[in-house]
Amino acid sequence: MTSSRDIVFASVRRALGATGQEAPRRQEVADRIAGHPRGIIPARADLPPAQKIDLFKDMVRAADATLDHLASVADVPLAIATYLRERNLPPTILRGADPRLAALPWASAPNLDVWIGPSDGRQLAGLSHAFAGIAESGTVVMLSGPDNPSTLNLLPDHHLVVVEAADVAGDYETVWTRIRAAYGPGVLPRTVNWITGPSRSADIEQTLLLGAHGPRSLHVLLVGAAL
Amino acid sequence: MSVQITSPQFKANARAALADAPLQQALSKVGLSFIGRRSAAAAKLPEFEALRDSARDIKNHTLAHLDLYLERYEQQVIAAGGHVHFAVDAAEARDIVTRICREAGARTVTKGKTMIAEEIGLNDHLEAAGIQPVETDLGEYLIQIRGEAPSHIIAPAIHLNKEQVEEDFRRVHAHLAPERNLSEPTSLLAEARGELRAKFLAADVGITGANFLVAETGTSIIVTNEGNGDLTQTLPKTHIVLASLEKLVPTLEDVSQLLRVLARSATGQDMSVYTTFSTGPRRAGDVDGPQAYHVVILDNGRSGMLAGAFREMLRCIRCGACMNHCPVYQAVGGHAYGWVYPGPMGAVLTPALIGIEKGANLPNASTFCGRCEAVCPVRIPLPKLMRHWREKEFERHLTPAPQRYGLAFWAFFARRGWLYRPATRLAMWGLSRLGKAKGRFAALPLAGGWTKYRDFPTPQGDTFQAQWQARRRAQAQGQTQRGGNR
Ligand code: SF4
Repeated sequence: MTSSRDIVFASVRRALGATGQEAPRRQEVADRIAGHPRGIIPARADLPPAQKIDLFKDMVRAADATLDHLASVADVPLAIATYLRERNLPPTILRGADPRLAALPWASAPNLDVWIGPSDGRQLAGLSHAFAGIAESGTVVMLSGPDNPSTLNLLPDHHLVVVEAADVAGDYETVWTRIRAAYGPGVLPRTVNWITGPSRSADIEQTLLLGAHGPRSLHVLLVGAAL
Repeated sequence: MSVQITSPQFKANARAALADAPLQQALSKVGLSFIGRRSAAAAKLPEFEALRDSARDIKNHTLAHLDLYLERYEQQVIAAGGHVHFAVDAAEARDIVTRICREAGARTVTKGKTMIAEEIGLNDHLEAAGIQPVETDLGEYLIQIRGEAPSHIIAPAIHLNKEQVEEDFRRVHAHLAPERNLSEPTSLLAEARGELRAKFLAADVGITGANFLVAETGTSIIVTNEGNGDLTQTLPKTHIVLASLEKLVPTLEDVSQLLRVLARSATGQDMSVYTTFSTGPRRAGDVDGPQAYHVVILDNGRSGMLAGAFREMLRCIRCGACMNHCPVYQAVGGHAYGWVYPGPMGAVLTPALIGIEKGANLPNASTFCGRCEAVCPVRIPLPKLMRHWREKEFERHLTPAPQRYGLAFWAFFARRGWLYRPATRLAMWGLSRLGKAKGRFAALPLAGGWTKYRDFPTPQGDTFQAQWQARRRAQAQGQTQRGGNR
């Protein structure tokens, strides 16, 4: 019996006038996958480190997120406590088991109640550590894994993200190169979330409103100076 | 929403739409909101036009090697622990999805926005199987509770006003306090968020579409602003991706090129809020994410389109820019097109997918002004493709016999260059005699204008022309209220 898969492939090949065995075609495809050539990269992201960080900050804010630029990772717990207090939120946050987050001096914010694990939708604030930031669009890049549950990116009303200035790239392509270096060629973690600002919808009369299904607020904690 | 095809009644649909005052009120916002934002976003990026070329070339390369990229994609999904199912047509795709849902013991299914699910009429099928589908994109949710089809590919409820939404919410959310205030979009959005949050958490299966599939890594990508599709594919135990074959792109670098033009063309954002790349089910040690990952790859007539002129249509990345800029779409809205894909892209795609017998009217729903092609991020020559359909229509038996003879008559002279010019005047006279229906022949390829955009009598005749001209005048005077009640 011919499977639907066979029918679809046969039909595609008939339309293309190809058998699928042509060596030059196969080579071209193999080369493209292996070489993954970069296309056009906007010049605006090709900046010296300090200006790249400035562009990232501008683009994050242009996407309706908020941002604190902290001198050191040691400032993160206090910045979180301040963020929550200023918004009249309970001093409670849920984070992933990421060792970079575990190593923060949590004792510096003694009133902050820190929980670890994925979100079940009941938490008002979640904390994650970004793999990278992208200056050209003000995007943070989140990789799923045992230490950084994807639910933290989506369920809490307030999503706080630590981004290290050294991890801010100019463009998307630079981040793919780093992910390949970390995971190997052709392999991605289960979920890569690019997040650019808080959730929004314009589905009612084209009126843009923040806080559709994902976080109503995205707060970036940018740490350190550019390298 | 059942797929009730009313495309053959385009003219009647369009007439009704023009007389529909609330619809006209809603449509008056389409141009205002989308056109300015797109052009501002494009103007801010000096490389935008070059990126459009790049996007076109990537899609052309992929389509020319589609069999090989599909093979590679399938291998990578399997390597990541996922399953790939091929569906020749809509019925097979529905059956595959239903079977996976049954095997997962699903009672409720959340859905991210997927045009393929609309194309195959999935919701009715799931309901018949005792499985409750819940649309989670706000626009899709609004039309689901109204039992309607989407009227725009990225803003499915663009035809509704907030009073209609309030009425529906009071009817459907009857368990909430009747005296609550729902007069503003903010309160409507907050209510939808609250209602849907519980559904996200309770669903057994999440179904999403895919904006792109990446062959290099076996990844499906969705792009949303609400975060609904992302919750849909993260929370349930099973994630099903519905995608058509032309969603393939070779590499992560290639998809980055396409993402740079997609949001700018669609909503004028530099990047949508959530771009989510999913590869297989959750990994060992992961504390969340689905335990099973299925991709259903639908053909449904697309492989046939690869063979001829319509291959170019398969570059479409469903940004909606062509309809946002289309005077016909702005006048009549999406429902008049009678199926799930409206506007210029629908006028080309619909006849290819449901058959020219049913879609024959749509390629005529055009002024051939060329704006759609001017904004299409992958440079699809939409007016040319609409004309292709009209040529095919002439070749077909649906066209009254005199008109078919007319085209053959023209072809005879056109193939004989030395006879063409002197014969043109004679032929024009002869055709008008043969054709009787005078207006038709303004569009025949007699006067050398065939390769140029041209005015063609639109389906709505005076009504439409008058309305469009009034809109143009209003636009020129900088008025913000266009269309409206007339
Ligand atoms: S045809 Fe072009 S403009 Fe229209 S939806 Fe497709 S990609 Fe966008």
